[in-house]
Amino acid sequence: MKRATFGALISHWQKHPLQLLALVVGLAIATALWSAVQAINSEARASYARASAQLGFSGLDVLIPENGTIPVTSYVNLRRAGWKLAPVIEGRWRLPKGSVRLIGIDPLSHPSASALTDATTFKLVNLTSPLQIFLHPNTKEKLDGIPDLPPITLTDSLPTGVVLTDISIAEQLLTHHGQLSRLIVLQNKSIGLTPLAVLAPNLILQSANGSQTGRLADSFHLNLTAFGFLSFAVGLFIVQGTVGLGIEQRRNLFRTLRAMGLSLNQLVVLLLSELVLVALTAGGIGLILGYLLAGALLPDVSSTLNGIYGESVEGELALRPSWVLSGLGMALFGTALASGHAFASFYKMPILTIPGFQSRAHTAGTGYKMMAITGSGLIVTGGIAMVLFDGLLVGFALLAGLMLGSALLLPLLLSKILTIAEKAASGALSEWVWADMRAQLPGVSLAMMALMLALATNIGVGTMVSSFRLTFLGWMNQRFSSEIYVSVNNDEQASELVNWLDSRGVTSLPIRWAEISSMGIPIRVYGAMDHSRYRKNWPVLQAVETLWDDVFIGSGALINEQLARRLNLWPGDELALSTDWKVTVSGVYSDYGNPHGQVLVSLSNLLHNVPDVPNRQFGLKLPLKEVPALMKELQEDFDSRDILAIDTTDIKARSLAVFDRTFIVTGALNLLTLGVAGFAILTSLLTLWNIRLPQLAPIWALGVTRRQLAWLELLRSLALATLAAVLALPLGLLLAWVLLSIINVEAFGWKLPMFLFPMDWLRLLGLAWIAAIIAAAFPAFKLARIKPSELLEVFAHER
Amino acid sequence: MLLSVRSVSKRYSDSPETRAVLCDVSVELKAGTSVALTGESGSGKSTLLNLIAALDHYDSGDISIDGTSLTGLSDKARSMMRRTEVALVFQQFNLIPSLTVEQNLSLHARLGGRLDLEWISTLTQRLGLSDLVDRYPEQISGGQQQRVAIGRALAVRPKLLLADEPTGNLDETTSSEVMKLLMELIQTSGASLFLVTHSSRIASQLERQIHLSEGSLQ
Amino acid sequence: MSVKLLLVCSIACYPLIGSAQGYAGLGTQVSGFSNPDRSQALKFPHDHGAHPDFRVEWWYLTANLKGTDGREYGVQWTLFRSALSAGNPDGWSNPQIWMGHAGVTTPEDHHFDERLARGGIGQAGVATQPFTAWIDNWELTSPDETLNNLTVTSSSESFAYDLSMSANGPLVLHGDNGYSVKSANGQASHYYSQPHYEVTGVLALADRSVEVSGQGWLDREWSSQPLEEDQSGWNWFSLSFESGDKLMGFILRSENGDFTSGTWIDADGHAAPLQPGAFQAAPLDYALVEDRTIPVEWQITLHEKQISVTIQPVNRQSWMGTLFPYWEGPVTISGSHTGRGYLEMTGYE
Repeated sequence: MKRATFGALISHWQKHPLQLLALVVGLAIATALWSAVQAINSEARASYARASAQLGFSGLDVLIPENGTIPVTSYVNLRRAGWKLAPVIEGRWRLPKGSVRLIGIDPLSHPSASALTDATTFKLVNLTSPLQIFLHPNTKEKLDGIPDLPPITLTDSLPTGVVLTDISIAEQLLTHHGQLSRLIVLQNKSIGLTPLAVLAPNLILQSANGSQTGRLADSFHLNLTAFGFLSFAVGLFIVQGTVGLGIEQRRNLFRTLRAMGLSLNQLVVLLLSELVLVALTAGGIGLILGYLLAGALLPDVSSTLNGIYGESVEGELALRPSWVLSGLGMALFGTALASGHAFASFYKMPILTIPGFQSRAHTAGTGYKMMAITGSGLIVTGGIAMVLFDGLLVGFALLAGLMLGSALLLPLLLSKILTIAEKAASGALSEWVWADMRAQLPGVSLAMMALMLALATNIGVGTMVSSFRLTFLGWMNQRFSSEIYVSVNNDEQASELVNWLDSRGVTSLPIRWAEISSMGIPIRVYGAMDHSRYRKNWPVLQAVETLWDDVFIGSGALINEQLARRLNLWPGDELALSTDWKVTVSGVYSDYGNPHGQVLVSLSNLLHNVPDVPNRQFGLKLPLKEVPALMKELQEDFDSRDILAIDTTDIKARSLAVFDRTFIVTGALNLLTLGVAGFAILTSLLTLWNIRLPQLAPIWALGVTRRQLAWLELLRSLALATLAAVLALPLGLLLAWVLLSIINVEAFGWKLPMFLFPMDWLRLLGLAWIAAIIAAAFPAFKLARIKPSELLEVFAHER
Repeated sequence: MLLSVRSVSKRYSDSPETRAVLCDVSVELKAGTSVALTGESGSGKSTLLNLIAALDHYDSGDISIDGTSLTGLSDKARSMMRRTEVALVFQQFNLIPSLTVEQNLSLHARLGGRLDLEWISTLTQRLGLSDLVDRYPEQISGGQQQRVAIGRALAVRPKLLLADEPTGNLDETTSSEVMKLLMELIQTSGASLFLVTHSSRIASQLERQIHLSEGSLQ
Repeated sequence: MSVKLLLVCSIACYPLIGSAQGYAGLGTQVSGFSNPDRSQALKFPHDHGAHPDFRVEWWYLTANLKGTDGREYGVQWTLFRSALSAGNPDGWSNPQIWMGHAGVTTPEDHHFDERLARGGIGQAGVATQPFTAWIDNWELTSPDETLNNLTVTSSSESFAYDLSMSANGPLVLHGDNGYSVKSANGQASHYYSQPHYEVTGVLALADRSVEVSGQGWLDREWSSQPLEEDQSGWNWFSLSFESGDKLMGFILRSENGDFTSGTWIDADGHAAPLQPGAFQAAPLDYALVEDRTIPVEWQITLHEKQISVTIQPVNRQSWMGTLFPYWEGPVTISGSHTGRGYLEMTGYE
């Protein structure tokens, strides 16, 4: 009985293969987009984890010396006191072809020993013997021609320009005998250990340095995730449409089966099994597609992140079980979500109801109103949640409410617009076209929602990424206003450097800071010398009028946006840096990419309140064209002394490259999402085909040619796409606003200004048109070529 | 001669073996007259009507309407013919569901560029549809729908009205009312009527009767 | 003692032969190291210290303890030394790799931890004047140059212990005056023990801290190539009978036939090596441990001493999930004799 019944249910799909195709493809694409983004994200994260574990950049605390280096005996004493630490030697290794960053680790204690036990990375034993050095293939040429090198192993898991080796080799190459650069504090839950501050008072504990770049990378991944989620939602509209249709069209069958004694629950179980089967199949296909897609996009993502972030993502994709499970889970969850409504209506369906004909525009009206009310409710709820609660989740709730709510509002809006258009139409045919479009709305509204959401997503994410780019580049120009930044290792080097620069007439601004803890938050306090650099270039968001004067007479302080938001301090408020060190906030500046609080006071203020502030970093001002020569001189004259000089034009150029890569990835996802929406239109048009003919045949009989009808089909699709695009614009901008002003603030503590890019909108409209034309082309072509006999069947007596 | 059908044959090849539906059929109809075509189910009545309406193509012979031969006429010209000279009323009514009664009534005339509001208003009144103009087809009864269909067809002032079992879906009382209205309005508009029916009672109301049996006229 | 041999050796061999060969890697001859010499008499306190010219070495302590709470505890403290090459220079280029293992076994739980360190910088090592063996804050120390009175400490996230031990019997030299043969072809190690410790101290677990007392056994062994190439692992038994007699026996497993040997130590501390094959051990029951099937119950037979006993583990899951994993835990003895002991099984990959 069950098998026969299931067979009868399934036979529907044999008769309507297109519907089945739409269902499977819709779900598969949704799963593919979602899982591709997930794969990219998890691959990137896993890769960072590996890289940071190798390099000691992970979220682990670090002990650094107050001055110079850490003697090995200090390390051993701490180990013998029970502290698990990993020693690191690091320095610039000068080579004829430029310098590289040489990192020496002790593989026996380094976190990589446990974190890197998988086969993709090197093993403990490889490092210990025979001794060798590891580097990225791109770094290799710098080492060409160096005699007596240990064996070289090439690996993609290191950033370019970094050489990793055993600590014994590193100390020889760097001539750092018996001296360590830092100690990584490994997880240590043993109780009863003497505190580090007691054991090693001259070492400074630096809290996990969630590096600036890490936060930017997070931001990038958040964007990708949002994109994946929105794309998935778009795909689900296809599923909802086809599942609903599949149930609607089988009402007769259900009635017969019920009459034959099948209980409602049995029927539901059978239908559910059918859906689970479809969901798993489609989910499986989607995973394969997603995997391929991720594989195709990963190199771009990889180079994006490799650029400025220095985070390298390995070029190959690992198949993670968690990823497979979450993909299939999403497919099932999505199917459940998308078919919930159809099932609910199925439960309410009276057994003897005559199979309903397609609902008419005017009867659908009340349905639209209900949907619109629900939609408004969702938007309002999201808004209220935003007002009442804080946090990233609320931001996403608002986003979800906005998207879903707007989608639900769409049918009513479209129907109103079409009614107005119908009233305004002059010709009989155009009047019919508008009325007909309105009549078709129940069938195509889901596809329209999908298209609108896809367009809105594109506008939203595009606006966000572009705004981000403009803002960030502008900010970089302001913040990195010096042409070269130099870091030295001790005060001796510092004074040597300043003399050296003075003799060349180069202005150097000391960058001195101290890390303090105020109200439980670690804060870096910078001391600034009065210079036009600050007055002209500092990226101030809000400030009192006498900002810089206040700061340089010592009463005022500038704080970064993150700190301002965290402590809710704005110009005019008082900030207590310690019990007897209070300053007035005279301004707030933007500080993208930095998770920590920052305060800028005058140098004398800083030195007065914090003794022994190291003087190790300097910003150099000089004409741009003199930069390369000075960089070269710096490197030659300070060759053996391991100073770090950074040319900011280089940083800026790399940042630009990053964003351009980001555009490639988001651009590709844009196109795909639109493709999904286009497919949604196509499937809805195709599934409507059977009920479409009886509506067209009378018009044809009245003397409208098939070719004309075909053109009208195309125009109709274009008109709907245009409407969707017009309605998507405000939604997309709202979306961008939420992402920039709410989600970013919640996630990273900074707000980004929004810029508008009308040319992008036009391009999107064009893309929407292309999608609409492609989707309508096949039905239109079919209509233009239809045999009169098929249309005549509509009039046949026996129907 | 308004309508002249000469030696028309039509075969269908969509079934396994080709099947002759019409075989050497000839009919003529003068302007302002009416003819009823009767016959069993499957005798080819509707096919003949579709051929005359230029909805379908014949294999041999010739059909001309008001002197214009349909043979070799382009799809566009055939469509123009239906927009103006020939109007159709079907058993299924075939109203446009997305349009109101009023819009349906005027649709054909506007497509044909012959909108005559006075005439439509006359038709609306005569057909008893005045109170229903703002309704949609599914909101009115079958008899009312067929009256809209008749009104829609006559609104264009066609020379020839083709009706295919116009009362086939209606009960007897309604059927009689609709036939009565149809005959009266044909009279008023001066159109010729070619009506297909299987009912001899209805056929008898027309001026002339012809009978089709297995594709041939008796 | 045995396991250790394998473990440490495989670290040394690892880079050369690759991981696929695992414990079997011990069968590789590496040049540059000293080899055990039968004619070389052991000298103390010198031989309590490290022998950096040999490839592998260990200081291996196990103890069967009873708490004031009436429960059984097993404690392990081990320091392994494995040399990448011979020699012991100061600094990071030192080729000695030290590895500490600590374990605490109860009938319900088995806790373990490990530490790794490089020689040459003072993080781990062994000194003889007075005797001290250490890695990080894990220490085995004596107030003098003998092994008669020792203190051992270890701590990790889930356990810590601090035990005092005093020997009430002499050192035991295995094999031929400390020259212990490990295969029919003559592979050998230098091997002696101090099996006569009375132990007292404190043991802390996550939820309790108890005073414990019982018996301890220290093994000292060093070699450069202890195994035949076809030997895949071994099972080692240290058994203390209530009669005061003790038995150390081991089986080196091989496709071409097992090699067994051991030492009989009578109650007054007099030791006699067993002939190869005299010590017999047959598995009675197996347990699934970390996806491996491991023989955890044994029938031990030594005809010449009328020994026929069954060995049962205190905890069948006494798995040391360290870099080189193995089974090591306390056992109870029943049958012709009763008592307690320790069982170690390696090479179950």
